[in-house]
Amino acid sequence: MKPRVIRLSTTPTAEALAELKLGDIVHLDGLMYTAREGVYQRALEEQANIPMELPRDSAANFHCSPAATIREDGSFVMGAVTATASFRFAKWLPEWIAKSGAKLIIGKGGMSSQNYKDFFVPNGAIYLSTVGYGTGALLGRGVENVEAVHWREELGLAQAMWVLKCNNMGPFIVASDMQGNCLFERENAKIAENLERVYEGTKPAVLKRFGETDDRSDEVIG
Amino acid sequence: MIPINTIQKTAETLMDKAAIEIPLDYLSGLKRAAETEDGDLSSFVLQAMLENYEAAKQDRRAMCGDTGCPRWYVKSGNDAQIEGGMVALETALRRATANATNGVPLRPNRVHPLWRTDHDNNVGIGAPEIEYGFEPSAVEGEKADWIDLITVHKGGLFGTDYRMLFPSDGIEGIKRFYLDCLVAFGKRGLACQPAIIGIGLGGSKDTCMVLGKRAACLRTVGSRNSDAKIAALEDEFIEMGNSIGMGAMGFVGKNMVIDCNIEVGYCHTGGMQMSVHAFCLSSRRAVARIHGDGRVEYRTDPDWFTDYQRRETVDWDGHTILEAAE
Repeated sequence: MKPRVIRLSTTPTAEALAELKLGDIVHLDGLMYTAREGVYQRALEEQANIPMELPRDSAANFHCSPAATIREDGSFVMGAVTATASFRFAKWLPEWIAKSGAKLIIGKGGMSSQNYKDFFVPNGAIYLSTVGYGTGALLGRGVENVEAVHWREELGLAQAMWVLKCNNMGPFIVASDMQGNCLFERENAKIAENLERVYEGTKPAVLKRFGETDDRSDEVIG
Repeated sequence: MIPINTIQKTAETLMDKAAIEIPLDYLSGLKRAAETEDGDLSSFVLQAMLENYEAAKQDRRAMCGDTGCPRWYVKSGNDAQIEGGMVALETALRRATANATNGVPLRPNRVHPLWRTDHDNNVGIGAPEIEYGFEPSAVEGEKADWIDLITVHKGGLFGTDYRMLFPSDGIEGIKRFYLDCLVAFGKRGLACQPAIIGIGLGGSKDTCMVLGKRAACLRTVGSRNSDAKIAALEDEFIEMGNSIGMGAMGFVGKNMVIDCNIEVGYCHTGGMQMSVHAFCLSSRRAVARIHGDGRVEYRTDPDWFTDYQRRETVDWDGHTILEAAE
């Protein structure tokens, strides 16, 4: 069965978000901005003024550094865009989502269902995952224009806040819903049923590592 | 004498090709995987990737937004001479990396590990890595007057691990660590599978990592180790990886491993070092041979692991020892 494909605004209504199901494919229209550790630190820890009107201009936060460059005349060359793994940003997201009014957090690999229930659902936000993860050329095609690059001097090209005008940009996969369910956890649970069989005929290493035991007084041998 | 301008110009073309054109051997492997995949979501992902490779070539844009960490492998024929010497070659490769980062464009990924300084060109302390190999003439009486430039833009913060195993761990221990790596890094697709898995066995800690990385990046899909028993192990490991039940992005599926390449090196008698590496859905590599007369031939097979690189044919005291299984 092929997944269904849906066009969605980067300033989506609550009704549009409520209709999305785990595993739906989404293509986006409107303005999207990149924000990751650099932007979060600057906006939340250093309390710098966010250089956009959020969420009026955009409610879509992309965990991304684009493969892009700025020409000498100040114009932008946008090549491919691919997301970076989002679980590393859980520390900042509760405050960021509340402050920015973001409804779409877009990245790689999703977050935990606990995260979704704790700070996505209460703010009416969902998580969209990129596909692959390597559909950088397809996503690059969906970027109609680079509207601005904020904090380029302060954060460098990779961490700067890129404002992208999206036109049918996709594919993305719906990885959380309004109940806080998590697509990746659902898939992981199915795969886990098979693991015992796959591991048959293997054995643990004779020398263990910390992490395989949390007892730091353990001698880790045998 | 190989002109230095030809080296820099060729290197810039290679940067472009590696970032944009998926090598045919990996593409064919992924197409076969897409035909067999029956997980709804995994299947959608593989189709999207196949479309993506086409889009990259049509638009001449990088196939993935994370353009990895460009690095260089230089294999020099024993008789090659480079205008300006090896120092000029290193300068040319660093310049080509910087120019292509802005030209393609690539993402300026390389930063200082502590101060996060970014020159916006993928060049910095120790970056890009440049590694060397040397090769005798393939034909007696002919001069090996050429160099092979190989660039690999390996992505991924996930999918790699090293472990000191011991002879008593045996093949069961090797299998356990292999599965642990695939399952741990495959969850949520962090390893960007299905991938070419490279495994290094033996050597020392550093050479074990180098062997595994080269097995992933410098051998092609379908190649087999010259030792028949190791080649059989490679086949077995592909099968095992694809029986986990995990596919692209960590969704339910049956394609995790496009190929598994194993390289070995002699190690300490008490140890059995093992490293695992994943060359991802964007398995970026490009190769060119530059001849002494200035001719340039492009290809995608690094052809790195010759008998000479494995030192199998280098004798001592007049004896040639063959390592392959009897």
